[in-house]
Amino acid sequence: MNIGPLFFTAPYLLLGLLALPILWVLLRAVPPAPIRRLFPAVSLLIGLKDNDSSSDRTPWWLLLLRTLAVAAVIIGLAGPVFNPNSKTKESRERLLVVLDASWASAHDWQSRQGFLARVLKEAAAESRTVALMKTTRPEDTVFQPAQVWERRLAGLQPEAWEMTTSGAFEAKLPQGRFDTLWVSDGVARESRSDLLALLETRGVVTVAEGSAPLYALSFSPQKMNGIQLTVHNLKKTGARDLVVQAIGPDPAGVERILDEINIRLDAGVQETNVEFDLPLELQARVNRFSIKGQAQAGAVVLADDSLRQRNIALVDARKNREGLELLSPLHYLNKALVTSSNLSFGSLDDILLAPPDVVIMADVAELTDANETALIEWVTAGGLLVRFAGPRLAASEVSRATEHPLLPVRLRAGGRIVGGAMSWGEPKSLAPFDPDSPFFGLSIAEDLKVTAQVVAQPDPQLADRVIAQLSDGTPLVTRKALGQGEVVLFHISANAEWSNLPLSGLFVRMLERLSVARSTTSLDQEEMVGTLWKPLKTLDAFGQLQDAQNLSSVTGDALLNNQVGPDLIPGLYEGPGRRVAKNVIDTDRRLERASWPPQIEKTSFDGQTEQALGGPLFGFALLLLALDILATLFLSGRLRQPIVTLIALALLATADTTEAQETAKSISATREIALAHVLTGNRGIDDMALAGLAGLSNTLFFRTSIEPEPPHSVDLERDEIAFYPLLYWPITPDQNTPSQAAYLKLNSYLRAGGMILFDTRDSNVAKFGAASPSGQALRRLAAQLDIPELEPVPEDHVLTRAFYLLQDFPGRHMGHDVWVEASTVEAVQAEGMPFRNLNDGVSPVVIGGNDWAAAWAVDRRGAPLVPVGRGLAGERQREMAFRFGVNLVMHVLTGNYKSDQVHVPALLERLGQ
Amino acid sequence: MSEARPLRSRAEATTANFAALLVRAEQLAAAVIPGGHGRRRAGSGDDFWQYRPVQLGDTLRMVDWRRSARSDAQFVRQKEWQISQSVFFWVDRARSMQFSSAPNLPEKIDRAQLLSLAVAILLSRGGEQIGLSGENLPPRAGAKQLQRFAEFLTDLKTEDYAAPQFETIKKNAFCVCVSDFLGDIEKIEKTLLEAATKGARGVCVQILDPAEESFPFRGRSVFDSVGGTMRHETLQAADLSARYLERLAARKARLKQICRQTGWTFYSHHTNTPAQSAVMWLHTMIEGPK
Repeated sequence: MNIGPLFFTAPYLLLGLLALPILWVLLRAVPPAPIRRLFPAVSLLIGLKDNDSSSDRTPWWLLLLRTLAVAAVIIGLAGPVFNPNSKTKESRERLLVVLDASWASAHDWQSRQGFLARVLKEAAAESRTVALMKTTRPEDTVFQPAQVWERRLAGLQPEAWEMTTSGAFEAKLPQGRFDTLWVSDGVARESRSDLLALLETRGVVTVAEGSAPLYALSFSPQKMNGIQLTVHNLKKTGARDLVVQAIGPDPAGVERILDEINIRLDAGVQETNVEFDLPLELQARVNRFSIKGQAQAGAVVLADDSLRQRNIALVDARKNREGLELLSPLHYLNKALVTSSNLSFGSLDDILLAPPDVVIMADVAELTDANETALIEWVTAGGLLVRFAGPRLAASEVSRATEHPLLPVRLRAGGRIVGGAMSWGEPKSLAPFDPDSPFFGLSIAEDLKVTAQVVAQPDPQLADRVIAQLSDGTPLVTRKALGQGEVVLFHISANAEWSNLPLSGLFVRMLERLSVARSTTSLDQEEMVGTLWKPLKTLDAFGQLQDAQNLSSVTGDALLNNQVGPDLIPGLYEGPGRRVAKNVIDTDRRLERASWPPQIEKTSFDGQTEQALGGPLFGFALLLLALDILATLFLSGRLRQPIVTLIALALLATADTTEAQETAKSISATREIALAHVLTGNRGIDDMALAGLAGLSNTLFFRTSIEPEPPHSVDLERDEIAFYPLLYWPITPDQNTPSQAAYLKLNSYLRAGGMILFDTRDSNVAKFGAASPSGQALRRLAAQLDIPELEPVPEDHVLTRAFYLLQDFPGRHMGHDVWVEASTVEAVQAEGMPFRNLNDGVSPVVIGGNDWAAAWAVDRRGAPLVPVGRGLAGERQREMAFRFGVNLVMHVLTGNYKSDQVHVPALLERLGQ
Repeated sequence: MSEARPLRSRAEATTANFAALLVRAEQLAAAVIPGGHGRRRAGSGDDFWQYRPVQLGDTLRMVDWRRSARSDAQFVRQKEWQISQSVFFWVDRARSMQFSSAPNLPEKIDRAQLLSLAVAILLSRGGEQIGLSGENLPPRAGAKQLQRFAEFLTDLKTEDYAAPQFETIKKNAFCVCVSDFLGDIEKIEKTLLEAATKGARGVCVQILDPAEESFPFRGRSVFDSVGGTMRHETLQAADLSARYLERLAARKARLKQICRQTGWTFYSHHTNTPAQSAVMWLHTMIEGPK
């Protein structure tokens, strides 16, 4: 029963409120209890009558207090619920739940799952059989009891695409009659009406939609300079402020927000444009654009090579003479590349100082030795060198006898002139490109002719290196790989003297295909024919980029024309010469809200959770009754006795002990160093960890100048971990994964220099890795932590000498498998030092499985709790475990202090050298 | 169970009650300087009273020749009548006296015991005979009498209100009646008038608690007598106070009137005032002015 926003689960109890006036009258008529007194002079009182028998009644405010308390209890018992979730009509039919598990349902997926859980619970209560189907991945389904689906609910995930045609889905629909509950994502599609019509023939259809705000992002249809995006608003909301972010790696490789733009979406506005005006370096680094706060794939737009401009350097040997530009080999290259790339001109020395992406050398034959070495180095490191032939190359001796490192083939002496005055035959045209050439698919115009070229020597490798040839089979463009880069030779000149290829559009496209230029034109249908694109990264429904491991490639045709779906997953694709991003929302798409025919019943599972008010009401009633006690005491005059007031106030005042405890704990943790362990939920392990840290604290106290406080237990969700230099985390297979907030805390803890010691405690049965349940649990727990690359502890790590000289780090088990942060590659052993200076700071994690807490554990009197090893050797192992603990804490507190050269003489002495 | 305890501890328990009382009363009494009191009349005694001419019936031995030699007639030396008096005490030890309204105030019985014993000590030092009427303690002089006096005093009664008993008094004795006089006023009047007809003089000391005097109660109360025999319930105690105080004043007036009738004196004492002033007043009243 609903009264306004309140819903009562047991409304008949509210009839009890009718009894309140009777209560009032009764309470009023019954005066407060009399005080009994001893009074000897009562003999004098005998016979005295009260003249005003109505004068002492309960005061009205006390009556009001008591009535309110009783009313609160009655209302609380009636079970009020604030913001109730609406219930579906009862029915006995089989229920088919159709889930629009697309990108548009990912942002409120949790509340959808909660709603589904409620629906399944109700269906179970009404004993209806349920079947669940996702529109984005239609599979055969069977009607089963609701409890079975409840167990599978957690595994349901949305997909990054949406249902485009309903054919596949309709094919998998079960037979017979059923009612449908369509959990819709709110986006209009043509397939919706067909499917709706079909479902309506089978039974009653109800639709549930969320009301959380949904925004989508796409590239604008008309892109001017800079980058323009369109923000779509898919729900009816008021005016909102949004932040659109451009994200990419910074020079160190860490992903950062490169730019942010705040926009305001007015009420009722469906689309707004956003323009990003970034400097070219930043623009080249941008990975993706996303809307802050929307965790779904539609709010993420991936950036591909179309945003990147390459730095191309054009090198020419000959000085340009004024007025003869059309003869300059660089002129046509300039024209072809200037709109799409950053061009720079100059001599090779200058150019290689700031290495560009591509170097194009037009008719350069001889290079100085230094230049040659530098250029070879640059190409080996991943540069692309494109060379054009010309008279000078033809006349030089480069690469005649042996292959020059900077030329892909050996050249024949002289050149070849075809179709000229003094030659036989016609000017040659180009042959169609081979399927394995990067130019495959480009159309060749009829009037392209080549009149002169340099010729390659026949070679066993020549066939592999040819990527374009003339109609008689003569190679036109050859290419070889050099290290990580490539060297490409066009056997013609870069100006129009030897052929008219540089005059044509094919020239530009060929340069593009060689991954030289960005294409200003959108992907051409013709070019895409026959190309294969391999996915590099894929986008999941929540907007996260995942590595695409071993997903099959798609054809260029499909990439261009098809919608995203299970066979075309949105993400970044790499193909011949470039990378293309396939985004969830196409550039020219208009997103509309879904509209349903009026006869369909619509419910909403909006984010307001229902609140049971019964508890707070009971609390309120208790408070009133407590006040009533005070009031009665006051009325009977007993409050004058101070002891009574003290007791009453002490009973009423709820001591805020928890806060006092927290403050005490914080003060204890910051006054001195305190070691801490993470609560795992397993009581035995937590106790052992606490005892272990107590033992370690004692050892530190006795042997070093660290005087730690007694160790603390830390609950990751509730406690502040920034106080502790070291966190000991024992791993059990059944530990709960911490929440996102806890992971944020942990990551900032690690960034600020804290260390976590992970202990899987099973090194007697398993090595580091995912072989054991604890190892898998460790992977699961550490997946979201900011952990750097790891390596086993090297012999000269500072942990081996931070306080004691150690080689092994045993605990209860003698395992040798302890991993720390990997040292930088450049760490070399300096002259005279017995160790390398590995890391400048403290390793954020130390991972091992030797169960150190058990080795360190002592009871209150300081006696060890757990036996380690056997006999004297075991005690020696325990001693080593303590030494490792001391070393660890010393390392945490002093960093790599012991890596300083100051310690070398003493260390050498100790090491006996 | 008291039979099981050995005699000595029982005796000590009994004496413990009045031993403390004795000590306190003696302390109080030490503050007052006693003296044998004269009767202001001729009689047997030690002090010279007057010379009177010889009358028929006086023997020659009685003539005071020194005085007679100074004149022509013969004179007899008369001594002042210094006879030890019998003072009968009656101390109300009923339940109505076993009451104090605040923990820092002594019970009325305590004050009554103290007063009576202190005065008894003083009188006994002055040579009077003290006794308790109503108990088996005829007046005698001496320290042993004091001890028995104290012993009887600490023996508390169980009835709620008690009326004074002066049946066993001698002629011309002096009576001290210490009570709160809250019981049945008729009985009190009857006893006192009877005692007066026997020729006894006396003093009534009414000991009241300040709460009984002022009636500071409010709200709905049920008043019980200490022994539980009487009860009065009221809805509004503040309302009663005026009438109660009237009744109290009436009682006091009645007592004063009885005392006027009998020639006795009425004295009202409250437990929050010091006991010493009451002791001095009583002593002066009993001994007579010097």
